[in-house]
Amino acid sequence: MCGAKEGGLSLDGVNVAKEAVIQGQVLRGEEPVSNAYVRLLDRTGEFTAEVPTSATGHFRFFAGDGEWTLRTLAPKADPVDTRVVAATGSVAEVQVLVTA
Amino acid sequence: MFTITKEHTTMSRETSLVTAQWVEDNLDTDGIVLVEVDEDTTAYDKGHIRGAIKLDWTTDLQDQVRRDFVSKAQFEALLSERGVSNDDTVVLYGGNNNWFAAYAYWYFKLYGHQDVKLLDGGRKKWELDSRELTDDLPSRAATSYTATEQDHSIRAFRDEAVAAIGVKNLIDVRSPDEYAGRLLAPAHLPQEQAQRAGHVPTSLNVPWSKNCNDDGTFKSDEDLKALYAEVGIDDSKETIALCRIGERSSLTWFVLKELLGHQSVKNYDGSWTEYGSLVGVPVALGDEPGSADEGGN
Repeated sequence: MCGAKEGGLSLDGVNVAKEAVIQGQVLRGEEPVSNAYVRLLDRTGEFTAEVPTSATGHFRFFAGDGEWTLRTLAPKADPVDTRVVAATGSVAEVQVLVTA
Repeated sequence: MFTITKEHTTMSRETSLVTAQWVEDNLDTDGIVLVEVDEDTTAYDKGHIRGAIKLDWTTDLQDQVRRDFVSKAQFEALLSERGVSNDDTVVLYGGNNNWFAAYAYWYFKLYGHQDVKLLDGGRKKWELDSRELTDDLPSRAATSYTATEQDHSIRAFRDEAVAAIGVKNLIDVRSPDEYAGRLLAPAHLPQEQAQRAGHVPTSLNVPWSKNCNDDGTFKSDEDLKALYAEVGIDDSKETIALCRIGERSSLTWFVLKELLGHQSVKNYDGSWTEYGSLVGVPVALGDEPGSADEGGN
């Protein structure tokens, strides 16, 4: 499991200079959602990748430069779409709030 | 004595797919073996459907020295030790919209298991339905499993993929960015693997995700038929599906062969990590399929 730390996932072992990282946490109120699924959609809305959240609600993608959409699915919650811009050499941190 | 033949009956949604509710209703039915196969090989250990056994695709299903599958004898020993019989109904499920469960489904068919099914939507659908998972490990008595030789009518190798350029239906099921050469791997994995990016010239890009709803269940037969008709798949030709390492293309193989009943469909498990590292083969870049004479020597 990914090692979580305050403010985001640990980037130990990740060569940030070569990656366009999108990462973050899914929350219901202030509670992390550990059984959510986060989908990465490209600029045309096409599915690119999907990850389940960790025990602490965290997720991470290695994307490419440009605009992306995160679509978050969680039990007993409506899907949430979040726009994000990724760039090689940086980490885009995203917080997703789901509601019942 | 149980007899296995290589004759394939026409498959359909009714014979190859079960719902989460069906699985829940049959958790205690004799002769049904639930098998979890995940890309994340630790997922099972964090909770699984009651009674399910685990297969680890990296250690159980791959030769540990060469890049190839385990041998017939190794597959027989594996299933015997895990308590799977030849006449069991094997129901596969897993994470990532059943990528590796579909891969295992194809793998079971490759070695001649007759009665295999996929849980529609896999682990994601089960979790989104808030159905129960357990840490309890099942206990199954060992069996004496017998496999057939590999059925190469459903497995393509590299020379066949090269020969198919401009001749057969090549369906590349990776994401558009991987197909075009802008990415080398799915975006949740570090970018690595093949020596070159791009796709096999003349291959059509039909991302695996177009087969599925957001909750991981398969779209209706009508929607799936329309999808492949729209991209111009030629029913009269043989079809080879490929992706990066052969697991997502197993899902598309499942759709074309088992749900839609196409007669000649193969999965190229070498896929882009093999093709994209071959010397001298043609490669196309960009969003268009490209032509048969593109870039080769």
